[in-house]
Amino acid sequence: MAMLTTSVGRAAASPVSAGEATGLLLYRNYLAYRRAWYIFISGFLEPVFYLFSIGVGVGQLVTGFQFNGQTIPYAEFVAPGMLAASAMNGSLLDSTFNFFFKLKYNKLFDQMLATPLTTMDIARGELSWSLLRGGIYSAAFLGVMLAMGLVSSWWAVLVVPAALLIGLAFGGVCMALTTWMRSWQDFEFVTLATLPMFLFSATFFPVTAFPPVVRWIVECTPLYRGVVLCRELATGALSWGSAVSVVYLVTMGLVGLVVVGRRLDKLLLT
Amino acid sequence: MALDHLDQVDHRESSAPRGLLDGAGRLLDYWTIVYKRTWKGSVISSFVTPLLYVLAMGVLLGGFIKGDPAKLDGATSYLAFVAPGMVAAQAMTTAFGEVTYPVMGMVKWHKTYFGMIASPLSVSEVILAHLGFVTFRVATTCAVFLAVMAPFGVFASVAGVVGAFFVQLLLGLAFATPIYAFSAGLKDESAFALVFRLGMIPLFLFSGAFFPISNLDAWMEALARITPLWHGVDLTRMLTLGHLDWPMALVHVAYLAALAVAGWFWAVRRLTRRMVS
Repeated sequence: MAMLTTSVGRAAASPVSAGEATGLLLYRNYLAYRRAWYIFISGFLEPVFYLFSIGVGVGQLVTGFQFNGQTIPYAEFVAPGMLAASAMNGSLLDSTFNFFFKLKYNKLFDQMLATPLTTMDIARGELSWSLLRGGIYSAAFLGVMLAMGLVSSWWAVLVVPAALLIGLAFGGVCMALTTWMRSWQDFEFVTLATLPMFLFSATFFPVTAFPPVVRWIVECTPLYRGVVLCRELATGALSWGSAVSVVYLVTMGLVGLVVVGRRLDKLLLT
Repeated sequence: MALDHLDQVDHRESSAPRGLLDGAGRLLDYWTIVYKRTWKGSVISSFVTPLLYVLAMGVLLGGFIKGDPAKLDGATSYLAFVAPGMVAAQAMTTAFGEVTYPVMGMVKWHKTYFGMIASPLSVSEVILAHLGFVTFRVATTCAVFLAVMAPFGVFASVAGVVGAFFVQLLLGLAFATPIYAFSAGLKDESAFALVFRLGMIPLFLFSGAFFPISNLDAWMEALARITPLWHGVDLTRMLTLGHLDWPMALVHVAYLAALAVAGWFWAVRRLTRRMVS
């Protein structure tokens, strides 16, 4: 009965379309961050610091790596990896810590659902915000790469959309998983899953460093697909493998999004 | 009657703490319970994270780096170079983690400090107990780290490793006391995001843990040289590699100790002003 009334209510009187709802949520997050703009800005610095430290500092100790038959300097190898990894880390922050806080502590989603917004609107809106933020960071990082002469192909323009795909994939799935979290202690599991990916997904060194079985596992992880996609675009060495990465990431994101909608229905509307 | 009065005075005196250490010691049960309830949550960040870094950077990335002592501050492999750097960085990050949000929680969110001060304990005793806990956390994470690194054959001598362990305690305190002071007077937690992003992460990345600071531009190298983490990294590296340069080592110890002591006085002043007014 309750289910029936909610769905009827939603179908009958929803004065906002999906697009308008997303716009409203983006505006809400913009307002929330307007006072903490320095948190927003400084988020961009982290991958740049890593690039300078590992790419340039450690790079002076490494001779360079083979990638698709050509030898590229270490900084050029690391930069796309950092971009992909920071796209993951950025979207993770929004979709786990911030999402959990809004869901459990300040009950923001309960308040939103008291308006004509639906759970799907919330999922879509939150994900769009995290993508918008990730997109801005990626574009700025690409600018740094250009300034340092680490880009060797026009395909590199597509690195920003590729980073958005990574954000979509991780954002969708992590938001879904966050709905099952019980307390802040559970976030240690997030670290446990993402830190190995950050360190071992061919971000800092090529997968040839691994024995075949491990290598196969690494190649199946979403971050590896993202790192390779960004590296292929930055160096202009595209292949059919790139298309596989794209399909992989999009599927992951959309599946995550559907699950988020269902879980929010279950947690907040019944 | 006179005897009764004497008895009372005696009784009162015996309940008050005798000195700073005694006072801080009375909070031992509090911190033991805190640790018993929270250690599980810190296992991954304290023990698994540093080991993954060593595996990724030291072993795997290190496999692509030539072990040239001239380029690696005297280390014969990149793993031997990066291991002491990572230990020192771990001492720093543990200290940062324990004296930022937790201190704000004690002052502002759950106000535990006010409860402690309402007893015969003084502000400096409360701070000393908290710093004792921080030192314990640094000691356990760094001891585990050093023990796990030992089988990789990156340490020159047992005495060196033991020395390196004590250096981590000093380094932890050199960070803990000033940041504690900073947190104790802070009104709003959003500043911590900047402390981590503009303070801890650049220190982690540019203070000689991952590459010799001579690889940096001259002005950045000069800047790195005055950071406390570099002093800790260099001292730890001297000890684990077994190339001890005594005058330089003394400079490192003096610098870190001065920072820890200055931070202590600042912390007592800031917390007293915040809580007793």
